[in-house]
Amino acid sequence: MIAEMKKPEEQEVSLGKKEGEEKFSEISSEMPKLLNHKEEKSMNKVQAKNVHCWYGDFHVLRDINMEIKQNTVTALIGPSGCGKSTFLRTFNRMNDLIEGFKLEGEVLIDNKDIFAKDVRVNELRKKVGMVFQKPNPFPKTIFENVAYGLRVNGVTHKKFIEETVERSLRQAALWDEVKDKLNKNALSLSGGQQQRLCIARAIAVEPSVVLMDEPASALDPISSAKIEDLIWELKPKYTILIVTHNMQQAARVSDKTAFFYLGDLVEYDDTKTIFTNPKKEQTQNYITGRFG
Amino acid sequence: MNLKERIIEGLLFLCAAVCVLTTVGIIAVLLFQTIEFFSEVPFSDFITDTQWTPLFADKHFGILPLLTGTLLTTLVALIIAIPLGLSIAIYLSEYASKQLRGYIKPMLEILASVPTVVYGFFALTVVTPLLQHIIPGLAGFNAISPGIVMGIMIVPFVSSLSEDAMYAVPNSMREASFALGASKFQTALKVIVPAASSGIMVSVILGFSRAVGETMIVALAAGQQPRLTLDPRVPIETITNYIVQVSMGDVPRASLEYKTIFAAGLTLFVITFVLNNISYFIRKKYRAQYE
Amino acid sequence: MNNERAKTLKDNIFKGWAIFATSVGMIMLAVLLIKIGMDGLHRISLDFFTALPSRKFEKAGILTAWAGTLWIMVTTALFAIPIGVGAGLYLEEYAKKSRWSSMLEINISNLAGVPSIIYGLLGLEVFVRFLHLGESILSGSLTLALLIMPIVIVSTREAIKTVPNTLREASYALGASKWQTVWMQVLPASAGGIMTGIILALSRAIGETAPLIVVGALTYVPFVPKSVFSSFTVLPIQIYNWASRPEAGFAVNAAAAIIVLMSITFLMNGSAVYLRNRWQKNVRW
Repeated sequence: MIAEMKKPEEQEVSLGKKEGEEKFSEISSEMPKLLNHKEEKSMNKVQAKNVHCWYGDFHVLRDINMEIKQNTVTALIGPSGCGKSTFLRTFNRMNDLIEGFKLEGEVLIDNKDIFAKDVRVNELRKKVGMVFQKPNPFPKTIFENVAYGLRVNGVTHKKFIEETVERSLRQAALWDEVKDKLNKNALSLSGGQQQRLCIARAIAVEPSVVLMDEPASALDPISSAKIEDLIWELKPKYTILIVTHNMQQAARVSDKTAFFYLGDLVEYDDTKTIFTNPKKEQTQNYITGRFG
Repeated sequence: MNLKERIIEGLLFLCAAVCVLTTVGIIAVLLFQTIEFFSEVPFSDFITDTQWTPLFADKHFGILPLLTGTLLTTLVALIIAIPLGLSIAIYLSEYASKQLRGYIKPMLEILASVPTVVYGFFALTVVTPLLQHIIPGLAGFNAISPGIVMGIMIVPFVSSLSEDAMYAVPNSMREASFALGASKFQTALKVIVPAASSGIMVSVILGFSRAVGETMIVALAAGQQPRLTLDPRVPIETITNYIVQVSMGDVPRASLEYKTIFAAGLTLFVITFVLNNISYFIRKKYRAQYE
Repeated sequence: MNNERAKTLKDNIFKGWAIFATSVGMIMLAVLLIKIGMDGLHRISLDFFTALPSRKFEKAGILTAWAGTLWIMVTTALFAIPIGVGAGLYLEEYAKKSRWSSMLEINISNLAGVPSIIYGLLGLEVFVRFLHLGESILSGSLTLALLIMPIVIVSTREAIKTVPNTLREASYALGASKWQTVWMQVLPASAGGIMTGIILALSRAIGETAPLIVVGALTYVPFVPKSVFSSFTVLPIQIYNWASRPEAGFAVNAAAAIIVLMSITFLMNGSAVYLRNRWQKNVRW
């Protein structure tokens, strides 16, 4: 990444969404682009085909198939240990960091298998942002937190970085609260602010997919509501996958919901259907709070 | 980019490899010179001869006097360090308030940070004259004085390691003992110490190893007379002391005298190596106990 | 009832004994400080720092000794810090759990227990003779660097262990490479702990005498070192030399030099403790 230092103008273009996709998915994404805009919007952004995962001998995910449309919010729900977080982490290959992790099947983003040999994990992670369960800002200034993703990707142009930081903080609805203290340590912010900072940090590198692992579970109700609002606002620009324990939250923020149980994808449908008229009894039991 | 990452990982690996090379280097250097030494001096002489006089005209190469000198000072040190160190450990872990621990532990750390040459000076100029008033017939150089000072020097090692072990004993054990009407002292002696025994063993072994390898205190206060004796009042010489004695003089390289320091060094290394590994494996075992 | 009283009595007797045990070390330290203070303090003057060593005790100074100590400290740090921190990073961040890594672990714990004089023998054969570096500052500092390496490695690892994994994950999730994560996140976050370990290790190196005697540091050096290839002496060796002379005047010099040496080690240990406390306070993930 250092090697491909670019002039800022070029960088700005290449970080733009369409160009970025093109670079990443090469020819495969050219085809749908020829179709009209409506079609493009409904294309499958993210796809899982017959995905199995193991931690050592433990089979955590069994034969998962799922298609996710662009610019939608998909909620992954299910009791603890059902594999939903593992599933989420396959999309930016964070599981690679765990010893003994094994995956079979195909995971496609923009029709490109992200586990293919020629895929660079760092490039992938630039394209697929992630927000974690606990706010985890770096012990650096607010500014440097948001700028970090740009810096590690070789951006050095000062003005471009400043602009991106401001834009990202505005998108994350944090700008007004921190604009006068960008040089303060990020750890001095409140929990809710820290989490929005983490969201700003994630979107600063212009990803097209954002993964959120229970982003509001460590926050108070007000901060939590702000995060939910933010998810709504981000939807037109990003494809969002969110793991949550909170049924109401899933119902409020998502277009589609997937229910996982003991490593199986039990049901995957429109959120409305899942919460009002689920087809499987297990789903019914879970959303009505009979277990989990 | 991948190349850069690989180069960095390679460089860091080399850093870690320096440690292995150090060990290999130590063993190779000691073995090489010792083998040369034994090509001139029979091994049986080395372990059975009761005199060590490589620097004199009438040369004898028996390691025994140096060994007994080393063990004698070590023994005195342990006689001081074990009771003091363990009492401090019990006191800190079972009696002292958190605040008091906060004061005492840094104090003990200071004791451990005093350069050993300073302890040697202290043994020579304060402890020996003092002991000469108490013990009749005590020579100016002897095994008691450096032994005592060395003992006090290793007290912090013994106390901090055994305190860690006692502190790790689960509180439920203490409560069970108190609930049966035991006093603090009874609990400490009959429950905590046995439960922490492996950790205490480790601390004693490491203190032992430390005392065996200690150099400057004995170099200043024990004398330079290799002597096969168990009398702690007379001048003796330890292995470390002998190496210093030869290094301070101008012994020609590649001479037999020069090789003797490596043979003596290897003997010392083997002793500490065995002790350290015993303690390492005990520690490994007892770590698993409460986890 | 009697039984109870006996129990309490035993408890109190032990308490008294334990307090005595704790104070033995302190008492000795106090006596030591008073002794060297009374013997040596009046000897300390500007002349003492600027005078060359001499056969006459009233003229002798520690110029070459403290200059040598300074040279040794700086060059030792130059070798020990990058290699020690690098090895610590490798073991904590890169090495996979394997037989190789557990072998390294036993190895380091063993090295930490090797008597310092053995390092002297290693330095004598490898640096002085095999690499022909002579009885120089370079040989001495390389030897001391190997000696304090285990301390630097262990404290680096301890400091790195306190860096929470969420920090690494956040960095990777933004597309940072392993080294970028280590260099820009892990190292800065653990810098305080690593620094503490380095200072403690160097303060240990400053007090070391035996290994330097073995690699051939001289007791009488009538000049200040000019380069890393100069021969040298250091404060502890000067102290050893003076302390082992029969004349009382040299014992006074030794006490004065001890005051200087102990001031340096206490200062370093004090700053290490200060740094450690400040660092621990600042860490609040």
